[in-house]
Amino acid sequence: MIDALLDLLSGLSLLAGVAFAVIGGVGLLRMPDFYTRLHAASITDTLGVGLIVLGLILQAGWTLVTVKLLLILAFLWFTGPVATHALARAALADPDQPDPLLHREPPPSKP
Amino acid sequence: MLHALLLWVFCFGLWLLLSGYFDAPLLLAFGALSCALVVFVGWRAEVIDPEEKPLRLRLNPSFIAYWPWLLWQIVLANLDVAKRIIDPKLPISPTLITLKPSQRGDLGRVIYANSITLTPGTVTTALKGDTLQVHALTREGADALLEGDMDRRVSRLEGGG
Repeated sequence: MIDALLDLLSGLSLLAGVAFAVIGGVGLLRMPDFYTRLHAASITDTLGVGLIVLGLILQAGWTLVTVKLLLILAFLWFTGPVATHALARAALADPDQPDPLLHREPPPSKP
Repeated sequence: MLHALLLWVFCFGLWLLLSGYFDAPLLLAFGALSCALVVFVGWRAEVIDPEEKPLRLRLNPSFIAYWPWLLWQIVLANLDVAKRIIDPKLPISPTLITLKPSQRGDLGRVIYANSITLTPGTVTTALKGDTLQVHALTREGADALLEGDMDRRVSRLEGGG
């Protein structure tokens, strides 16, 4: 009984994770410029990865595999922002990149 | 010296968890030796950080309360950005803003900047002196950051202790 419940939860979690990863990929294609694409990619980075790892943890139970999965999650969540930040900074420093605010309609509400 | 010792304990704990060998003396000794080698190389390369006080920060109760809150914010932001991607009209309004973070230490600022980047919809693009430059996917996201709720929470976590 409890096994079936765990299987169900883990399956739902894996499905949701895959859905978020796909949405992130769709966003990558739909977004108009480099900076907005970064935002779409970070969906795959955070909730996509997180839910997939959660689903795998529910399959693994209280074993060393779970510890390793949590370590993978921690490393991904620590290195992801660093890579994103490096990309964004490189793009801002590159004079060939278009203005990051090209697609802004109204001005920002505060300075 | 204390930092080197802590680094060794951390390395060996990680080695134990990743290897899964708990009762093979020879292999355990090899593991301990290789961790000692890592600490030695780190000491020679002068990358064992003497400034920060990681233990004091970790004992602070708001430090523990911060991570579940951040996780919840990440989930909310994910749902928001996912909804905007699926929306046929693609309702985005990219904005570049400058923030003045109120954290004192380097570690606090880095935690704040990384938290911003980790949350979908906002990316820290520059951290210069005491200002942060943030690119936000929507004006609502930028306004939420300007309100400074996350900033106050990170400051609190480095304050008390």
